[in-house]
Amino acid sequence: MTAHILDAIGGVPRPTTDTVVEATEVEKWFGKLHVLKGVSLTVRRREVVVIIGASGSGKTTFIRCINHLEKIQKGRIFVNGHLIGYREESGKLVEDKERNIAKQRQEIGMVFQRFNLFPHMTVLDNITEAPVKVRGVSKDEAVTTARALLARVGLSMKESAYPAQLSGGQQQRVAIARALAMKPALMLFDEPTSALDPEMIGEVLDVMKELALEGMTMIVVSHEMGFAREVADRVVMMDDGRIIEEGTPDHFFTAPTHERTKAFLSKIL
Amino acid sequence: MDLLPFLATTNTSFQFDVDWFIHFIFPPSPVLLGGLAITIYVSIIAQAAGVLLGVLSALAGMSRNRVLRSISGVYVWVFRGTPLLVQLFIVYFGTPYLLGGIDLFPNHVGLFGIDIRGAILAGIVAFSVNEGAYMSEIVRAGILSIDPGQTEAAKSLGMTYRLTMSRIVLPQALRVIVPPLGNEFNNMLKTTSLLSVIAVGELFRVAQAANSASFKTFEAYFGVALYYLALTTIWSAIQGVIERRLGVSQAGAQGASFWSRMFGFARRTTGTAEVEVPSSGGH
Repeated sequence: MTAHILDAIGGVPRPTTDTVVEATEVEKWFGKLHVLKGVSLTVRRREVVVIIGASGSGKTTFIRCINHLEKIQKGRIFVNGHLIGYREESGKLVEDKERNIAKQRQEIGMVFQRFNLFPHMTVLDNITEAPVKVRGVSKDEAVTTARALLARVGLSMKESAYPAQLSGGQQQRVAIARALAMKPALMLFDEPTSALDPEMIGEVLDVMKELALEGMTMIVVSHEMGFAREVADRVVMMDDGRIIEEGTPDHFFTAPTHERTKAFLSKIL
Repeated sequence: MDLLPFLATTNTSFQFDVDWFIHFIFPPSPVLLGGLAITIYVSIIAQAAGVLLGVLSALAGMSRNRVLRSISGVYVWVFRGTPLLVQLFIVYFGTPYLLGGIDLFPNHVGLFGIDIRGAILAGIVAFSVNEGAYMSEIVRAGILSIDPGQTEAAKSLGMTYRLTMSRIVLPQALRVIVPPLGNEFNNMLKTTSLLSVIAVGELFRVAQAANSASFKTFEAYFGVALYYLALTTIWSAIQGVIERRLGVSQAGAQGASFWSRMFGFARRTTGTAEVEVPSSGGH
């Protein structure tokens, strides 16, 4: 991993705006359950934001709203200046056409807790599928990019393997490469190391750290405090559907102000 | 002695005309071959159309559009809920009355430049539509068996619904769909015998005709039974090959070989690969 990962996709994909994510007063209900109670968050270009919080605090739901895997009932989420998932018609949110939503998602890479690689495709096909079918990139170019990405996440020798033949850590590195191949302006990580055996967490975090250093804009939901301390520009603490505290890692790990934050950190540190 | 010929023949001797039987089944007469051909091609066409209808109905049934959902629901409800023979009669005999004398299935129908008998076409239509209702449920179960994470991953890469289905979900669902699909086709091969009641000269109809001409009742029906058995046996072998090609084994259960399917000998297979589960230290 000596060469820069992002060189494989021609450097940091350039978002059109300086503010990559702007979420304002986002509210969401699952039936009667009020899971997001007015979440506002701004993420600037090249910023790395780590969201922490107990399970059920709404952090995973919130990042899933950012690429519209979840609907929202109130508020607005803009990515690169585009309202995500909805059109605004006389002050009301109307869900956008599927095709438009798909287009918006091309700019937003996502890495899942359970990897979600396509088990019927080889590693290489997993990575080239979307660039070819969605972006319309030529197969040759997609393969070249995929190989470059695989080399940088240390998996060149696995390109013709199937996901079931890989360890969890290897699968997650492929998943990261797959998302990067779309040259997204923003990467979302939903607890990317929670399903991994302890000895494999490091290899995935190393790739993520490298990406962060190279200037990728990232929102990471994670319990990896070491990662947060080392890499995050900003840490956000969520509790019961709200952001209750946000600040630099230094602030969080030396002088958290909110009682809930203190309680949470004392439990996991 | 001659007073009770029936008693004598029915009670004391086994009447099986071996010569007639062998001549009937091999070499098959042109009529029998013709019947065999109809059975095979009607089965293949109706099954293919049934799969297509089934996929469409399953997708409609799982769509967010309420109208599409109810169309699919009513379709499956009606065609699984009424006898196929009744459906065949409605299609073949009923539609001309419904349409004020317009016969959709006259003696000769030109279709894509091929001359087809109307009755055969009516059979294909009835079997396809009926089969589609069953396939709808099979395809739906196949789609539901795929981890929702697959759809989410596809969406997050910017894939549309159509791409997600055609490239990610359906190819994986195929492994779940193919075993019951094979079962359906096995059924279809035999179900085509219903065509005999609308005077289509498929296999069973040929046996009926042979019986009326010769009164070799047992031999004629037993003869075509062997043909059906041969057809379904060949199909089992083909299905085994398809399943192994598709790697049904990857989904957990090892695809059964033809011989194990037939006689229950399963060769011991070693550890099946887990899908999508992190295996510890599997470098």
